Amino acid sequence: MSPLDATRTPASGAGHAVTDHDHGGHHASPTPIGFWIYLMSDCIIFGALFATYAVLGYGYAGGPGPKDLFEPGFVAVETALLLFSSITFGLAMLQADKGKRDGTLMWLAVTGVLGLGFIAMEVYEFRHLVHIGAGPDRSAFLSAFFALVGTHGLHVTAGTIWLVTLMVQIGMHGLIGANMRRLGTLSMFWHFLDLIWIGVFSFVYLVRLV
Amino acid sequence: MSEHSQHGSHGTMGRLMVGFALAAILTIIPFALVMGEVEMERTTLIGIIMGLGAVQIIVHLVYFLHVSGDSEEGWTLGSTLLALIILGIVLAGSLWVMHNMNENMMPQHDMDKMMNLQSQQG
Repeated sequence: MSPLDATRTPASGAGHAVTDHDHGGHHASPTPIGFWIYLMSDCIIFGALFATYAVLGYGYAGGPGPKDLFEPGFVAVETALLLFSSITFGLAMLQADKGKRDGTLMWLAVTGVLGLGFIAMEVYEFRHLVHIGAGPDRSAFLSAFFALVGTHGLHVTAGTIWLVTLMVQIGMHGLIGANMRRLGTLSMFWHFLDLIWIGVFSFVYLVRLV
Repeated sequence: MSEHSQHGSHGTMGRLMVGFALAAILTIIPFALVMGEVEMERTTLIGIIMGLGAVQIIVHLVYFLHVSGDSEEGWTLGSTLLALIILGIVLAGSLWVMHNMNENMMPQHDMDKMMNLQSQQG
């Protein structure tokens, strides 16, 4: 590992590979709780965007509304992709806990493919909306929609880039302590994005189609 | 592969699958209600969708993110509750303030017209 990584794990050397993550131990890394606090602040960003959508969501400016634009079947497939990717990430974590590098990489690859599928569907949806004249500049409703769903999509994109980077790292160095810590934080990030998506499909899409 | 020796932070296969089953059920029900165009009171349906969403968020927190009173000596749960309180203030406060403003900014008959239009559209 690079010197940088050595300085970032003062308490536990690379030999600590798996036990590095033990919570409540005397040498537990502060990274998980720190990352969790970051996620909670991210949650508040999403909360503000949800509030914006709740307030502006009925300002159509004479333009198209949710029933003209949203397709529940399409959203169901997106939801399924994200939920399955959460499960495959969980399976990757279980493989990593057992110290199985190839199994970990295999499940991470499946997770990445599902994530890419989700991003592709969302890009397709956004392009379609802009194409039919329902872009973010059309109405307050659509501005709020693009801001909220787009922010979530950017997070998934960032998570996918992180996932690919981490797969390269694991391929190069194996399941060392530093990589286990990164896997743990990315796992939190990925499950958190799926959690935000529950709010999106319920509150942004389904409720407005009733 | 006991919970203890496998250090509970990443859970077990059993927990993951229980979480998956619960999440799948809680996802399928609202989609089925909307896509099947079930005959139901509009507000009831909205309540059911939002309620199931809230339950699914808790399922994800417990089964996938392993939030519990024990992790990080309670700091995980503590920071989560703080975030929830702030979220509650932001969401409820925004809706309350903006609703009040709408009521006070617009003459009542315009407001009624707008509400009618909205209920037709949405």
